[in-house]
Amino acid sequence: MMSSSSGTPESWISSFCSLLGHEYFAEVSEEFIEDDFNLTGLQTQVAMYKEALEMILDVEPEEDEDEDEEDEEEEDESIEGADRMRHGERRNHSRIASDLSVIESSAEMLYGLIHQRFICSRAGIQQMSEKYELGHFGVCPRNHCEQARTLPVGLSDIPGEETVKLFCPSCLDVYVPPNSRFQTVDGAFFGRTFGALFLLTFPEYDLTKRGADVLAGARISDNDKEMLNGMYTCNIAPGLGSAKIYEPRIYGFRVSELARSGPRMQWLRDKPDDLSELDEARKFAEDNPDSDDDDESMNLHGRPVRRLRQQRKNHGQGGSPVPMETNGAESEL
Amino acid sequence: MMDEFASESDSDYTSYWRDWFISSRGNEYFCEIDEDYLTDRFNLTGLNTEVQYYQYALDLITDVFDLDCDDEMRETIEKSARHLYGLIHARYIVTTRGLAKMLDKYKKADFGKCPRVFCHSHPLLPMGQTDAPHQKPVKLYCVRCEDVYNPKSSRHAAIDGAYFGTSFHNIMFQVYPALVPPKSSERYVPRVYGFKVHASASLIRWQNGQRHKMLRRLRKMEVESGFKDDGGAEDLDEEDDEEDDVELDELDRAEADAMHVVG
Ligand SMILES: [Zn+2]
Ligand SMILES: [Zn+2]
Repeated sequence: MMSSSSGTPESWISSFCSLLGHEYFAEVSEEFIEDDFNLTGLQTQVAMYKEALEMILDVEPEEDEDEDEEDEEEEDESIEGADRMRHGERRNHSRIASDLSVIESSAEMLYGLIHQRFICSRAGIQQMSEKYELGHFGVCPRNHCEQARTLPVGLSDIPGEETVKLFCPSCLDVYVPPNSRFQTVDGAFFGRTFGALFLLTFPEYDLTKRGADVLAGARISDNDKEMLNGMYTCNIAPGLGSAKIYEPRIYGFRVSELARSGPRMQWLRDKPDDLSELDEARKFAEDNPDSDDDDESMNLHGRPVRRLRQQRKNHGQGGSPVPMETNGAESEL
Repeated sequence: MMDEFASESDSDYTSYWRDWFISSRGNEYFCEIDEDYLTDRFNLTGLNTEVQYYQYALDLITDVFDLDCDDEMRETIEKSARHLYGLIHARYIVTTRGLAKMLDKYKKADFGKCPRVFCHSHPLLPMGQTDAPHQKPVKLYCVRCEDVYNPKSSRHAAIDGAYFGTSFHNIMFQVYPALVPPKSSERYVPRVYGFKVHASASLIRWQNGQRHKMLRRLRKMEVESGFKDDGGAEDLDEEDDEEDDVELDELDRAEADAMHVVG
């Protein structure tokens, strides 16, 4: 155990983040962890929650008689009342070695779950952007993505299901990290939201830039700031499109689509030559003057947008679809 | 290798140089070229102008090198031999025997596995982006997603792609069509708090449309699509909507049904 009173140089958090295989993790700020709101619901997710939290915060457990009594300032009953704790609160536990290893693994699980939330907060996503610039998350293995930078993501928000993957914004696909040491890192510690939220939060990164260019602050130029569907057009899957699709050939001759071994997956790497084809709202209005079609998605500011196509015909108005914001599921940002 | 010795005419012969070459670190992508193939001059047509000290290099590869020379010369010939081996390799691996040897390596995943999550570790094949040497390094081809990837190791990334060529991996699947795995439309959909992101969602819908067009073309020509879920009850482009928070879009459903009628 680390001791808070002896002035240890390294906190539990920074030593956790410096472990081999933990290179993708951000250091969650104590401030974030100490805000109970951020931990809502996590009490039931890990064994020995209080002890685990103390370990993460380097709080030394100490003798304290009324450990189970809660102090009542700012009580919030919506959160399982008995399980609250504040930094600095001293508790007494005679820990045996087996307890300690349970607490240690609980602390790692708890840190991971807090981390999933932290990297979607303003401070956390900022820290992740610094790591992105420094190239901590590696590059896309796909040839046509030309070393585009990737982002660590989970395919599930529930721990124990999938290990961490790398999302490439250039081809919109996910890859297994190249080094096997990442194959023990739980994907839920990064979660399903972070990758896409990153792109919406930092729309100005030029996704085609690599290496030192990213560090040098490469951003898309003012000439390229045309927007489509809530993103800069030049950042919509820059690694896809007709020039970036592999064409199988034998002695120079293209393998026919009609061959048994002919190409069947080109759609996965395709993109319209004219991106305005993706302007569905406009296109839909042109192609389908009267039908109902709802679709929900996110716009640049991380807010869900409900596009109500032709909804207004119910009000006896025709015309083109209008984006409307709902107030559900607004991001923390 | 053992069965090779048993089946070869040179069964009592040990190929020192080639043994050394293919077992060297970084040369895992190469298979061993048969003695028979190397000694048939017809197979080597045109290569004599491609490498320096061609005859010495060939002698080295076939273990009959006996020139007395200084280390510098020896190193030059050694380098030529490695290059010559690579160039012959590109020709050898498209022969019946070469394909079979590379198939064995493919089955053992000697060339690595596809890094794409939805390819579920499907084995890769080495390939060149051009048949001319000294142009581009070797890449890896995944037949499942039909895309091209960079080798993980820098040792492999430095190998000349011309030693494998642009045709070999495609010939492999033409000769052994049963090796082509079922295709899948399973894919990643970027989301924020459960919501699809508008920009990528619209591109994905467009791509699904492209896939449908292709499937219709194939059906019209009565060619098997290779998609395990093609023609089944569920429509391909609905699967990423299944776990959506949002209700299934009624229009797309209607379109999907229409598609089955067309098919
Ligand atoms: Zn990519
Ligand atoms: Zn693949």
